[in-house]
Amino acid sequence: MKPIATTRSVTGMPTGKLAVWWVIASEIVIFGGLLMSYLMHRIGHPEWGEYASHTNVWIGTTNTLVLLTSSYFAVRAHYAAEHGDGKAAAKWLCGTMGGAIAFLCIKSFEWSTEIAHGYTITANGFWSFYYIAAGIHGLHVIAGAIIMGFIAVAAWKQKELQRVELVGLYWHFVDIVWIFLFPLLYIAK
Amino acid sequence: MNMSEHNSPTDADAAADDGHDDHGHDDHGPGHYTRILGLLVVLLVVSVAGPFVADFLPHGTDGSRTLLQLFLILSTAFGIAIVKAYLVVKHFMHLNIEPKFVTYFLVTGLAFMGIFFSGVAPDVMHHEGTHWRNEAAMNEVDRALAVQAEGHDEHGEAGEHHDEGGEEGH
Repeated sequence: MKPIATTRSVTGMPTGKLAVWWVIASEIVIFGGLLMSYLMHRIGHPEWGEYASHTNVWIGTTNTLVLLTSSYFAVRAHYAAEHGDGKAAAKWLCGTMGGAIAFLCIKSFEWSTEIAHGYTITANGFWSFYYIAAGIHGLHVIAGAIIMGFIAVAAWKQKELQRVELVGLYWHFVDIVWIFLFPLLYIAK
Repeated sequence: MNMSEHNSPTDADAAADDGHDDHGHDDHGPGHYTRILGLLVVLLVVSVAGPFVADFLPHGTDGSRTLLQLFLILSTAFGIAIVKAYLVVKHFMHLNIEPKFVTYFLVTGLAFMGIFFSGVAPDVMHHEGTHWRNEAAMNEVDRALAVQAEGHDEHGEAGEHHDEGGEEGH
């Protein structure tokens, strides 16, 4: 018996998809609030420009490239699922998860270096925002990758292929958040 | 469209170039997504290069950035971010073929973001007003700028600039 999220459609789309869009709209307020807070503090603290100069734009660029590529893999997975190819969808999702792991490894290296140089979360307001914003984003990457793993396993067995699109929507949102985080934290110096 | 009802893969690559499948859905082939990825990568390069190019332009007489430099930085770093986000939303998330109320959901979230900024920013961006002063923020700004002007970093080490593997990002 199929779950209600798949079979019920009150709004013209499956309830599960509606739920994912609802989550994304909520997350816009969460991340948007955080980023707006950072923006207004950044404008009010001109000294943060010097603090921000210690972020590594090349690592940030690499991570942006990794996430854009993983988003591409996610949409390729959706395309495969749309055409009933669960195994191909699972493979593309594995690529997306690989991008998530790469992103987190690069982020770990980056943070280790910065912390070793004394740029910790308590160093000043800029670094607090930096670690909180990137950290919350990183938690979303981890959560998304874990859920994606479950969906990839099911897709490999040709089950619940509609969920590939849903996790893809979430993943694209995570990518979009980073698209805005990157210039705010790494380029605005 | 119920994904689980598909029993076998179709040769979608050959049929997808017209952009629509027989369900009337937006069904671009993989080549379309690859082109969008390529465009996103190009935009990423431009967004990173823009601020570097801006720094090569003449600064103001007091060493501060000119309007032209600021425009170049804002348009490449942030303007392109908006364009990239639009490309992901349209071509990867396919928001353009979702029911309109989904767009209204998302715009509502953005609107609340704007309302938050509008309401709170004046008290945060500025440190004094008609009947108030944020002494703590003003003192912190003055202290930090004085330290930076002396050439110290925040860890009390005079004139030391960390430049290991491009850590400063320049």
